[in-house]
Amino acid sequence: MLKTRNIARSIAFAVALATGLFQPARAVTDEDLKELREQLRQLKQQYESRIEALEKRLQQAERAAGQAAAVATKAETAAQDAALQASSRPVSESAMNPGISLILNGTYGNLSQDPAAYRINGFTPTGGEVAPVGRGLSLGESELVFAANIDPRFRGTLIAALGADETVAIEEGFIQTLGLSNGFTVKAGRFFSNVGYLNQFHPHAWDFADASLASKVFLGNQLGEDGVQVKWVAPTELYFDLGMEIGRGRSFPAGPAGGRNKNGFGAGNLFAHLGGDIGASSAWEVGLSHLLTEPQNRSYEDPDSTGTGVTNSFNGRSRLWALSGVFKWAPNGNSTVNNFKLQGEYFRRTEQGNLTYDTAAASLGTQTGTYASKQSGWYAQGVYQFAQGWRAGYRYDRLNSGATSLGLVTNGALAAADFPVLAHYTPRRSTWMIDWSGSEFSRLRLQFASDKSRAGAPDNQVVLQYIMSLGAHGAHKF
Amino acid sequence: MKPMMKLFAVQMLVALGLAFPPLTASGAINIFACEPEWAALAQELGGDRVSATSVTTALQDVHRIEARPSLIARMRSADMVVCTGADIEASWLPLLLMQSGNARVRPGNDGYFEASQFVAKLEIPKIVDRSQGDLHPGGNPHIHTDARNIARVAEALSARLAKIDPPNARVYAVRTSAFLERWRGAIARWEQQAQPLKETRIIVYHREWTYLINWLGLKEAGSLEPRPGLPPTPGHLAELLSLMQREPARLIIYSAYTDPRAAAFLSERSKIPAVMLPYTVGGSDKAKDLFGLFDDTIARLLAGVK
Repeated sequence: MLKTRNIARSIAFAVALATGLFQPARAVTDEDLKELREQLRQLKQQYESRIEALEKRLQQAERAAGQAAAVATKAETAAQDAALQASSRPVSESAMNPGISLILNGTYGNLSQDPAAYRINGFTPTGGEVAPVGRGLSLGESELVFAANIDPRFRGTLIAALGADETVAIEEGFIQTLGLSNGFTVKAGRFFSNVGYLNQFHPHAWDFADASLASKVFLGNQLGEDGVQVKWVAPTELYFDLGMEIGRGRSFPAGPAGGRNKNGFGAGNLFAHLGGDIGASSAWEVGLSHLLTEPQNRSYEDPDSTGTGVTNSFNGRSRLWALSGVFKWAPNGNSTVNNFKLQGEYFRRTEQGNLTYDTAAASLGTQTGTYASKQSGWYAQGVYQFAQGWRAGYRYDRLNSGATSLGLVTNGALAAADFPVLAHYTPRRSTWMIDWSGSEFSRLRLQFASDKSRAGAPDNQVVLQYIMSLGAHGAHKF
Repeated sequence: MKPMMKLFAVQMLVALGLAFPPLTASGAINIFACEPEWAALAQELGGDRVSATSVTTALQDVHRIEARPSLIARMRSADMVVCTGADIEASWLPLLLMQSGNARVRPGNDGYFEASQFVAKLEIPKIVDRSQGDLHPGGNPHIHTDARNIARVAEALSARLAKIDPPNARVYAVRTSAFLERWRGAIARWEQQAQPLKETRIIVYHREWTYLINWLGLKEAGSLEPRPGLPPTPGHLAELLSLMQREPARLIIYSAYTDPRAAAFLSERSKIPAVMLPYTVGGSDKAKDLFGLFDDTIARLLAGVK
């Protein structure tokens, strides 16, 4: 309305100006001016009163419409309130049950080498579940997940892995805080350590049927720690988090499964992530973590030069650095039809301490010498969804065992052939996969890998896999 | 072990000290909206007292959003989270709430607002079974496509804003009643304009138009998705086509964020016009705000049936 009034004023002004401008020849008397002013005033008044009247009428009309609508809305509100009450869910005892979900997974494997004799040359065996899938048809690990809020302050999660060999393992079982502020969250119990990127994801969320070679040699496939994690998210536009974990050191690299019987801590992990968006279509995150452990009697088996399987054991310090990066793209951020994900991790580990040969004195007698190694490994993978439900991906793995220095070999007490698995080697693997998801709850995958983890024994692996999820399915991390 | 852990603690503290400078505090209530419609509504009700941004756009499917680091960072600093609820954000929102370490916006606290709690939901499934597709046990979550629901949510949101920011309670109340007066007038106008659409049979893509259909008295004749959340299949489209030959619909409607190919396929073969609707604020050039959204939606529907 204000606009109309301004226009009216400008018109009046222009008229006045024009009247003045186009009669320059005539001598302007005071009388003329007075008359002109009077006319102008009347004109203005007329316009203004007419505009005011119009405005008033419009307002009345609007108010009437609004009131009528308000009356209608009130009736509607009453009806909706009734409907709202009727539509609320029934309350029963089971309403308080935790959310339960179940992941079923099965494979068919066709492998040119025996998976039971799997090892990754150049690296200390971890005792983890690093072997490829079995030959023929096998049931994979079934995951059973229970999760619920405990009270306003805590949430609890338990994830049990039901093995095909009829064993049950607790993969994760932790509580975490709900009520903390200033970006802090605390987790306690058993959880997948925040080291690298892939380690925090359950196998059903992996893009390939197996873990990276780097995860296998540095984290025993997947590192789950009994401990406490504190994480802080910075109040910045660019995502930045910082966290620390302390744990008992229950599995590799700290030691054999079960862990140590000592007060205090056996493992510490420090991590940080940076992340953000690039436009509407892309997002990225990079992470750095440093896992420090003090392995006690970390043992592994290896046939020595006499062909006898002996048990060797490491005591010392292990430092693992992990650098990870992930980049995701989808047109306008809409990943429904097409999307792309690029991910990679680089690990570097230094270990120093003592290696005890043949702890059970089964062959050449128990002896202890120094041990020092600098080892590294990385992988990079890309997965592209080329049609709704269809994805194809490629992964390349490469490890470098470095030259492990063994005191027992340099001082001549034993030969390098007594520690065959530690001999220098660069394991590598290429993996191709294609998968189809009929819905977000089911996935069928075909994978082919050319695996050179074993020196002189390349393994061609074909894996067919199904992964299905039932029940309340939680959200997945970025 | 002890010196090692001491070193960790020192590293941790140093890193904490290096924390980046915090976001500039403008004093406005910082609202994290899951969807553009709620960002637009919060901005209408709060004016310059709030700063509302949507973390999704009209070109994205709110069912499938990545819990990106940038979203965690935004929630970390939010004073309030305004989302639809009814499980539509189930694949990403809980993770953000968990990871952002911001108790203000935890469900149950005043900073967490679920719009769908304030309207009566339609299509609450009697049997919840995933063989029927990705069902929402709490009912259809696409509540904002009925303009009357916006008014109901506006009242509840205004009350919540007043609770979070009591010094500005009067501002919210005044702005809300002004908004509601305009909105009710607009609803009357839209209902008037949409008279010719009554009983019009339409094909939808996903069941995201249920509330609009119910409001304007349209008739849903089928959906391009064979089951909610499952992509259209050739077999299902062939079935729809033969249905259209027997009992033709007037329109095929799809949203700005859905793949237009299935709608185009059916439209070409059935000669039924396919109409893209903005679905939410930002879904078309004219859908700049909530008024524009419904103006444009109804205009496009009317143009389609001409």
